[in-house]
Amino acid sequence: MDPPPEPVSYICGDCGMENTLKPGDVIQCRECGYRILYKKRTRRIIQYEAR
Amino acid sequence: MSDSEPEAMAEADGVPSTKLPPHLELRRTRVLCKVDAPDNTDTIQYSGAYASLGHENSLRFADFCKDFRVDITRISDDDMELDMVGVDPSIANAFRRILLAELPTMAIEKVLIANNTSVVQDEVLAHRLGLIPIKVDPRLFDYLSENDTPNEKNTIVFKLHVRCEERGQRLTVKSNELMWLPKGSEFLKTSESLTSTSKPETYTSFTCSQDSMPEFAGNPIRVYPDIIISKLGFGQEIELEAHAVKGVGKTHAKWSPVATCWYRMLPEVELMEEIEGEKADVLKQKCPAKVFEIEDLADGRKRATVARPRACTLCRECIRDGEDWEKRISLRRVKNHFIFTIESTGALPPEVLFTEAVKILEDKCERVISDLS
Repeated sequence: MDPPPEPVSYICGDCGMENTLKPGDVIQCRECGYRILYKKRTRRIIQYEAR
Repeated sequence: MSDSEPEAMAEADGVPSTKLPPHLELRRTRVLCKVDAPDNTDTIQYSGAYASLGHENSLRFADFCKDFRVDITRISDDDMELDMVGVDPSIANAFRRILLAELPTMAIEKVLIANNTSVVQDEVLAHRLGLIPIKVDPRLFDYLSENDTPNEKNTIVFKLHVRCEERGQRLTVKSNELMWLPKGSEFLKTSESLTSTSKPETYTSFTCSQDSMPEFAGNPIRVYPDIIISKLGFGQEIELEAHAVKGVGKTHAKWSPVATCWYRMLPEVELMEEIEGEKADVLKQKCPAKVFEIEDLADGRKRATVARPRACTLCRECIRDGEDWEKRISLRRVKNHFIFTIESTGALPPEVLFTEAVKILEDKCERVISDLS
C-alpha cells in the first residue's frame, strides 16, 4: 500500500504566502486567491565558485 | 661639501668622470612635457652613453645607497602616499605589480547555497560574495591546494541566513550579516554510504575551533561592513555558507589586497621667463590644479610663482594657448622620483602591504641568484 500522500507546501506567485496543498485541493492561495503557485526550491546544497 | 668632492671620489675609483653639461643632464633626468606629447621619456641605462664627454654613466651600488630615499607623505588606516626617490621605473613598476597581483589575501571562493529565493541568481550572488574584502591577516593561513581537505588552517567559513518577514517591506542584506563560523561548516554532507553509526560529515574538517587560536581569541574575523549583497521582498530567503581561502590577485582580482595602487613621476614646473602683471593673473586662472600663485613685488608689480608643483596633473592647460605660452613654461617630470599611492582594501594596513611587497621582490631576486649560481 502507498503511504498517505504528504501535503506539499507551495509559494503564492502574488503575495509570497506559503500554502500547503494535498492532492485534489483547489490550486489557489488561501491568502489572496491568486491561482499561480510555485513549488519550493530544493533544500539540497548547491556549490558555486565565487568567480 | 665642495663641488669637486664627487669627482675626486670617482677618480679615486680609477674612472675619471666629468659632470654633464646642463642641457644633457636635463635630458638624462627629466621627461619634458611638450604641448602635444611628452618627450625624452626613456631612461639612459648604458654605462658608456656619455663616454665621449668623459662622463661615467654606470649605476654604482654606493651611489644608489646614497641617493635612494623613501618618504611617507600621507598615511591613514587604509591608504598611503609615499615618495620613492632614486629608483628606475622598472623597480617602481615591479612593486606596483606585486601589490596588485602577488600579495595574498583571503577571499570567498566556495559558496554552498541551501536556499535562495531572492531575485539575485545563485551564480551572481556567489560572485558578489567573492568580491567582499575580509579583514583578516592572510599570513596566519595556508594555501588550500587541490587535494587538501578544508581545515582550520586554510579556510574561513561564514554563514548567511536572512529572510524578509515583514509584508510589503524590502530587506536590504548587507555584508555585515555574514557570520563567522569558527567551528567550520554546519551543513551536513548527504551521502549514500553514510551509516547511522558514523559521525555526520560536514563540508569542512576542523580539528579545533578557530576562536581558540590566540590570534582570533576576542578578535572575531569580520568582513568589510555595509556592502549591499542583495535585497529581499516578503517571504524571500537566503541561506548559505561561504568558504574563504587564501589566494593571489593574478588568479582572480578578488584576492588583490589593494583597491588600486599607482605611481606618478614627480612633476616639476619651471618658469622660463618672468611672468608679470595681467599675464600672471591669466596663468593663475588657467591652471585647474592651482599650481601657480601671484607674488606682490615691492614696487607694486605682480609676478607669477610656482607655489604647488606637486599638484600639477600635467593637463598642459597652461601651455596650450599659443607658442609664446609654450616658451614661458617648462613642464617636466623627474624620471627617478615616484609618488606611489597604495589604497588597501582592509585586510592589511597599507604600510604592511608595501613591506610585504618588498619581501616578495627580495625572494624573487634570491631565486634568480640561486638559479644563476
